[in-house]
Amino acid sequence: MDQLMMAGGTIVVGVFGCVAYFFAANLILDAVYPAKGPRAGANISRASAIRPWLFLLPAILLLGIYLVYPVFVSIWLSLRDASGEEFVGLANYEWLVNDSKFRESIRNNFLWLLVVPAASTFFGLVAAALTDRIRWGNLAKALIFMPMAISFVGASVIWKFIYDYRGEGREEIGLLNAVIEALGGTEQTWLAIPFWNNFFLMAVLIWIQTGFAMVILSAALRGIPEETVEAAVLDGASPLQIFLRIKVPQIWGTIAVVWTTITILVLKVFDIVLAMTNGQWGTQVLANLMFDWMFRGNDAGRASAVALVIMVLVTPIMIWNIANARKETR
Amino acid sequence: MDNIAGTRSSLVWAVHLAVLALVLLWTLPTVGLLVSSFRDRDQIAATGWWAALFPAEERMVVRLAGAGEQRQEGDLWVVEGDLIEEGTLNRFGTSARAPFAHAAGETGELANGGRVKVEADGSYRAEAAQPFGERGPRLFVAVDTAPRFTTANYERVLFAEGIGRAFLNTMTVTIPATIIPILVAAFAAYALAWMEFPGRALLIAAVVGLLVVPLQLALIPLLQLHNAVGIGKDYLGIWLAHSAFGLPLAIYLLRNYMVGLPREIIESARVDGATDFQIFVKIILPLSFPALASFAIFQFLWTWNDLLVATVFLSNTPEQLVMTGVLRELLGSRGGDWEILAASAFVSIAVPIVVFFAMQRYLVRGLLAGSVK
Amino acid sequence: MADLKLTGVEKAYGEVRVLRDIDLTIEKGELIVFVGPSGCGKSTLLRMIAGLERITGGTLEIDGQVVNDVPPAQRGIAMVFQSYALYPHMTVRQNMEFALNIAGKSKAEIARAVENAARILQLTPYLDRLPRALSGGQRQRVAIGRAIVRDPKVYLFDEPLSNLDAALRVATRIEIAQLKEKMPDRTMIYVTHDQVEAMTLASRIVVLEGGGISQVGTPLELYTRPQNAFVARFIGSPAMNLLPGEIVETGPETVVRLDSGGVARTAIPTGPEDLGLLVDLGVRPEDLVETDGPALYEGEVEITEALGEVTLLYFVPRDEEGQVVAKLPGIQADLRHRTVRLGADPARLHLFHEGQSLLYRDRTELARA
Repeated sequence: MDQLMMAGGTIVVGVFGCVAYFFAANLILDAVYPAKGPRAGANISRASAIRPWLFLLPAILLLGIYLVYPVFVSIWLSLRDASGEEFVGLANYEWLVNDSKFRESIRNNFLWLLVVPAASTFFGLVAAALTDRIRWGNLAKALIFMPMAISFVGASVIWKFIYDYRGEGREEIGLLNAVIEALGGTEQTWLAIPFWNNFFLMAVLIWIQTGFAMVILSAALRGIPEETVEAAVLDGASPLQIFLRIKVPQIWGTIAVVWTTITILVLKVFDIVLAMTNGQWGTQVLANLMFDWMFRGNDAGRASAVALVIMVLVTPIMIWNIANARKETR
Repeated sequence: MDNIAGTRSSLVWAVHLAVLALVLLWTLPTVGLLVSSFRDRDQIAATGWWAALFPAEERMVVRLAGAGEQRQEGDLWVVEGDLIEEGTLNRFGTSARAPFAHAAGETGELANGGRVKVEADGSYRAEAAQPFGERGPRLFVAVDTAPRFTTANYERVLFAEGIGRAFLNTMTVTIPATIIPILVAAFAAYALAWMEFPGRALLIAAVVGLLVVPLQLALIPLLQLHNAVGIGKDYLGIWLAHSAFGLPLAIYLLRNYMVGLPREIIESARVDGATDFQIFVKIILPLSFPALASFAIFQFLWTWNDLLVATVFLSNTPEQLVMTGVLRELLGSRGGDWEILAASAFVSIAVPIVVFFAMQRYLVRGLLAGSVK
Repeated sequence: MADLKLTGVEKAYGEVRVLRDIDLTIEKGELIVFVGPSGCGKSTLLRMIAGLERITGGTLEIDGQVVNDVPPAQRGIAMVFQSYALYPHMTVRQNMEFALNIAGKSKAEIARAVENAARILQLTPYLDRLPRALSGGQRQRVAIGRAIVRDPKVYLFDEPLSNLDAALRVATRIEIAQLKEKMPDRTMIYVTHDQVEAMTLASRIVVLEGGGISQVGTPLELYTRPQNAFVARFIGSPAMNLLPGEIVETGPETVVRLDSGGVARTAIPTGPEDLGLLVDLGVRPEDLVETDGPALYEGEVEITEALGEVTLLYFVPRDEEGQVVAKLPGIQADLRHRTVRLGADPARLHLFHEGQSLLYRDRTELARA
């Protein structure tokens, strides 16, 4: 109860604080530079030069402290020892290059980068194309989209149940092993099979992200001018040809956006690995490695170095996004 | 395409089947866990969830009654009784080497040389030349029990396993962390969309860039910062962190939406004498409701489902542990107790799922605003 | 006293000057129409008067007060936008109340103003509807109503009819004219690219071209006495024919020999120094008539367009200067590919030298002499 009161109180204080700030700041600005009197013109232009910054100030402060400042501190920390007390030069990066877990993480991250965006986009495209053609398509879409709302940890529980292994001679309650058994195969401890277990982890993220890809690609497909499709029908193209040669080329831009969005997510993926294998059996990834060194290793230097590697990997996408955004604003 | 002449119906069927397969593939995992969360602990371990509607064969070890209940019939010592409370007994056995050697109604040999006859309803009669020991002999039985559904798992996780408390903690994190960034972002987005000032293009580019900065980078410096200024690991810290991490997307979405509002409406308000603040509050905010709603859903889902930020910025005490954190601990400590895991997972999933289905329209609109150019 | 006075007004975006040297005086109670081709700066000029665009040079006075730096709401103006710019989340009543609320007017006063405007515009039954539940014409009237409730000194209209269909456009045009009659002491400035709207509504028309004023005058002045070739061709449809030629006889009447072979006698006076001047003879298609006498123009009809009330004849162009068009009354059967001789009343001809009308040049030079 106490906690609810406190939470409620903070909501009120926080929200009112925000509103009060904006309101008061505007009032003060209008009082200092009134839009009346002999110097109205000069006052108006001065006030309208200041006002945008009043509107932006809280956002700039939050972004600056919570997203920009850490980048520089991380660079600084990555050049220092575990407790951040002594300068060690590039020692942390040297250690990284030689660390087998780091290499494993890099390899796994590249696997994830190759497989997850491709598979999610592919399934999303297929789902979008198929559901747009049937009457209960919207229901189907909602169901495929639903995993989007499930947390990575929740999804991990769901899928761990699917991969569950009981051991020979006992009734299998994991769906995958039960199916394998029914088909006459032998049960496996799926999450402990080296290399391939990575793909079983990826399945979770693909399962979550396909809905996202489907929703966006479906909108893009519907945005294609109907006339181009009708022209292709008159030209004698089959439905598959229409899809591959008329529709898909027209939505390349959207496919690229979906792909990059999922790519960024993949680089940050952490919860799934932590919850399902905690990086054992050769499934470590960068984000979880960083978490390991931060909490279990208590080594701010090495953890920051790993984090910076992730940052470097997303940088090309960041630059591409900014370039695109600038093209649009112009 | 439906209207075009000569469309083949076999193709239509193929499409229906393909979609059905996709939908099953995407829903079965969740359904499996949902069904399991309502099943009895023993039944979960006995059969797969897909068999939940059929009787499950449970295998257990029971003991016959001991010396206390025996009586003498002629030169034989006899015990009688009932082995099971419900269900149908299929098979039984007397030794671990062949635990289910006998069908119900047959007679098996006991280790002490006696014999036992067990009926399908669980009643038995055991006879031996010598008296029974203090504890009766062991018996292996396989029992078909009727499907049992229960809410006991939910009662247990909510009140005994700390999920109830974690639910409140998650709420405490989520609600302020959803509302604060909306307010801050809405003002910033208006300035970036409709006010003229030097450096605007640069700021917009910066927001787009910050969209992809990995959180991992921010964790250590911010934790140190929080400790240095005395916030430590507490709710205030995580509210600020979540608000800041959500801001780039919020500003980006809202600005894109606000730029699309008709310029003439804003000019008309200006001619009507409204100040920038009045235009924002009376015109822009009401008109931006769809964008505000879609960001609110995003931020809500993201903060509710987050594990990383909560693990870093909150402590591991029951007062601050959120649901994803509890779930992760349960996965580690009670990995095989599926009834606990399933029920816990569903308590944590329920709210986002409800929000998802109720507000799907806004969610989709927000996704499109953020991605489709 | 002038109600509105622009002196040397200019608008520059960086180095690019989109409007320059605008001098214009608008009297109280006038209905002024700005016309011109797209990109001529007419909307920008209106928005500068509204205060939505900063004035980068010159001064704008309203009622003798320089208002260059006065915010829009304090200029005593109201504006009707092309897209109506109704606030979509407010009812008709709230839309009309908005400006008065912001100005802090009393409730009774606001209610009276809204009721009054709604009655004038027949919007009373719709006061509690949202804009999206209204037809295009009703939305247009709400936009006008929003201006009326503020009772401004100056109404600004930015192409207010361009989103309506043809029939509604005529009806609304007449409504605006009636509205103006009910408010004789209110000034209206109206921007359009449609010359019919300009001709029917305006007390005076301002023709803008390439960022400057080409001519200011009453509709009929612009039609009968265009100051330059641009105005001559912009007003009237089809546009005035311009035939190049040379002055061969001067005096109270001037004779021009045309490059196409014809000879034209005009009622425009010239002096002896004008002999041999290269000019363009302007003649409106509707002023050309079939003649047996001396022909101003003779040619083969390439295409005919029968509109019923009139027939348009298009002639084979003799040179790059373009087509000659004649508008003959009634249905002219089967003139296609026939050679037609055309003449015109000397009083209805125009002469332009380097784009400027000789009529106006003479007037200024005579005044100087």
